[in-house]
Amino acid sequence: MLPYIINNSIFNMPNLFKIKPSVGLLSLPYSLVFIFFFFIPLVLTFVISFWDYNEYSIIPDLILENYRYIFENCFSFENGMCVTFKTYLSTFMFCLITWFFTLIIGFFVAYFLAFYVNSLTWQIALFLLCTIPFWTSNVIRMISWIPLLGRNGLVNDFFLSTGLTSTPQEWLLYSGFSVVLAFVHLYTLFMIVPIFNSMMRIDKSIIEAAYDNGANGFQILWNIIIPLCKPGIVIGSIFVITVVMGDFITIGIMGGQQIPSIGKIIYVEMSYLQLPAAAANAVILLFLTLLIIWIMTKMIDIRKEL
Amino acid sequence: MFSKKNNTYYICVFFFSLFVLFLYGPTFTIILLSFQGPDGGLTFPLNGISTYWFEELWRGGSVVDIGSAFKRSIILGIIVMILTVVLSVAAGLAFRKKFWGSNVLFFTTVASLIVPSIVLSLGVALQFRLIDDLTKWIGSSLDISWVNDSFQTSLGMYSSGLGAQLTWTLPFGLLIMFAVFNRFDKSYEEAARDLGATPWKTFKEIVLPLIAPSIIGIALFGFTLSYDELARSSQVMGSGNTLPLELRGLTTTVTTPIIYALGTVTTFVSFTVIAISVGFYLFLKRKKGI
Repeated sequence: MLPYIINNSIFNMPNLFKIKPSVGLLSLPYSLVFIFFFFIPLVLTFVISFWDYNEYSIIPDLILENYRYIFENCFSFENGMCVTFKTYLSTFMFCLITWFFTLIIGFFVAYFLAFYVNSLTWQIALFLLCTIPFWTSNVIRMISWIPLLGRNGLVNDFFLSTGLTSTPQEWLLYSGFSVVLAFVHLYTLFMIVPIFNSMMRIDKSIIEAAYDNGANGFQILWNIIIPLCKPGIVIGSIFVITVVMGDFITIGIMGGQQIPSIGKIIYVEMSYLQLPAAAANAVILLFLTLLIIWIMTKMIDIRKEL
Repeated sequence: MFSKKNNTYYICVFFFSLFVLFLYGPTFTIILLSFQGPDGGLTFPLNGISTYWFEELWRGGSVVDIGSAFKRSIILGIIVMILTVVLSVAAGLAFRKKFWGSNVLFFTTVASLIVPSIVLSLGVALQFRLIDDLTKWIGSSLDISWVNDSFQTSLGMYSSGLGAQLTWTLPFGLLIMFAVFNRFDKSYEEAARDLGATPWKTFKEIVLPLIAPSIIGIALFGFTLSYDELARSSQVMGSGNTLPLELRGLTTTVTTPIIYALGTVTTFVSFTVIAISVGFYLFLKRKKGI
């Protein structure tokens, strides 16, 4: 026993003193990227949101003008809702509708993959089938709706030939409808992956026990599977909601550059070089996003889910 | 209860098939339409089958300099891929034990995935603008002729563009590493260590071969996410646009199937990269034999 302990401690000593600190250091390059391209930029955005600006330059200052400008006329409801609130409301609506559809579709796709596909090989193959589009270009995937939804597109052809409508439907493309459709098309995967992950951890014997005790399919779904999938649902929801909150590209392309969004305000202000104004909008957007996430993470511990 | 004979099963299969059609249908539509004849438009019907629009694309007809944007995107994608693999594998190894700041770094990783891309893009653009102003100020006050004569901006594809894309690809890399090490059997490397292997040798001979298939996965994420990245790069690429940026510009100006031809080409590149990665992954998995 004694020689063993001595031996062991001799071999472990260098591990304790030499290797442990150096292993932690391996994260240094990774950390530096985030310090330089994540932390500092976000801090600067916050700082510059209080700066002044003219056509040519940004001027260090400490003013609230940029924030005041955003909410100008917002608290007197004489002329209806102000542009800012309307934009926020529209963005929230897109979040809500997209969230609803991605959740329903994502849940049932994951449900099928996790419970009805029995062989692991098939599970991986079908899962990959759902994932592959994520690795292709979003812009192309948006454009690809044009031949289907456009004025002379397949859907309108179908409507006209079956006599469902007498004129081509204009609301199919470059509208709120096509924006939501594109969001669902692009981001349902964000729901599938975490929900599938949660479902794969469910002990099948629990379900069998419930079944043996006479629970029907719906009861099992509602009382066992959904509660156990809650972490996956929350993670997926966070992804979908945050990506829609800050979006300006999908809303731009699929909305025919006509529909406002919070992200688009920032984008437009940047193109006019009104950087402090854009920064103020970014701070508010970030604040709203963090608020939503904070509320949702109250429900789970993300780290346990990986 | 999940038997394959009841109705629910068939409803699920039908629903899933519909979803796959929804995912791939539109893409295949534009692939089909990119083979339009010269008189064809943006929608059906196909006016003959030809490769006219691909030839047009190759000649660079009417479209901005797509060739160099394509080249830029590929090169940037490869650089991002390499950095993503190296940095996230290194960080993944570090995360196997708690270290100073590991919690902060973990939350930063998650935060980076969910911070709105436009906010990050703006932040990086602001940062580089300040760096520019500072450089010019130093240049003029110290009278550095190089800065005064030729310095324009530090904003560019390989500085701000690269960094902004890394904040998007690295989190995926690290999360994959977490998933790998959560299921990692430590007994192999312990055996190696007991037999006197140095940490580096243990890593090279034992750990690396075991995690190799997952590294292919990280590389796939690194390349494809960079190659298609748009939101974060949108404000920080400087003068040279990448392919997705050009593509977005084209959506508002181009009204011929040439845009579908371009879409077909980029989708083909993506599919090729995915196929190579999956093939490589399966090869390594088989070689490992576990």
